[in-house]
Amino acid sequence: MNNFTPIAAAVGGALIGLATVLLMMLTGRVAGISGIFGGLLSLPSSDTTQSDKIWRIAFIAGLILAPLTGTFVGHALAEPQLPASWPVVVVAGLLVGIGTRIGSGCTSGHGVCGIARLSPRSIVATMIFMAAAIVTVALTHHVFGA
Amino acid sequence: MIALAALLCGFIFGWGLLISGMMNPTKVLGFLDIFGAWDASLAVVMAGALAVTSIGFAWAKQRGTPLLAPRFQWPTRSDIDRPLVAGALTFGVGWGLAGLCPGPALENLASLSPRVIIFVIAMAIGMMVGGLLQKRAIAEGPAY
Repeated sequence: MNNFTPIAAAVGGALIGLATVLLMMLTGRVAGISGIFGGLLSLPSSDTTQSDKIWRIAFIAGLILAPLTGTFVGHALAEPQLPASWPVVVVAGLLVGIGTRIGSGCTSGHGVCGIARLSPRSIVATMIFMAAAIVTVALTHHVFGA
Repeated sequence: MIALAALLCGFIFGWGLLISGMMNPTKVLGFLDIFGAWDASLAVVMAGALAVTSIGFAWAKQRGTPLLAPRFQWPTRSDIDRPLVAGALTFGVGWGLAGLCPGPALENLASLSPRVIIFVIAMAIGMMVGGLLQKRAIAEGPAY
């Protein structure tokens, strides 16, 4: 485990928790990123109003602003390493979008907010998406050797 | 005021992902790859986030109302239904393929990486498709 960075992980995790608690304390909203973003897409199943969209845009703007300010304090803005195959990138994005919509949440909404409330739905969802991701990585990295 | 609060929260959240290394798909895949050079960092990130959130949410529930809004919008459902299971499975496969979940995907737009932009567009289309599937499922009634 020579890549293990426990201190940075704990500090970063605590900040994610702080942001989650602050959003609830201030606005009464759950900090589930797929839900915040999905609410902007005028989904047929949602009844998002125009004023409701502004805080969602603001949250995502803050999210994108963070690594830009990071460049001033030594966190270089790096292009993330994604699969070389364009079709894989597209399929991965589609699956993440469909899955978080139907499953009502992602790593933040279920994995942090939901588990913190001991929600049975979120505990089950987190176990399932973790397991599915682990199996996917095992298959793509070791069985089919990407 | 609410928008300003949301901007601040998004900013802190983004710094959390940045410092913890969770913006980096390689680091996330290092956690998911239990048969490779396993990196437990993601588990520590979740533990840190959960420790703070559990205490903070318990405090919020005692307070009764948020500071800038009329009420707390706590999710209320507790049933484990088929869409939850199917959705989590689908999301997990996509997450395993690219190492990106929605938060880091949006945050990585800052790099203007073409792959991230395409991923986010595909994710948005996926959410709209998921919304349509949900709507049809509701129209047809429960499938079990």
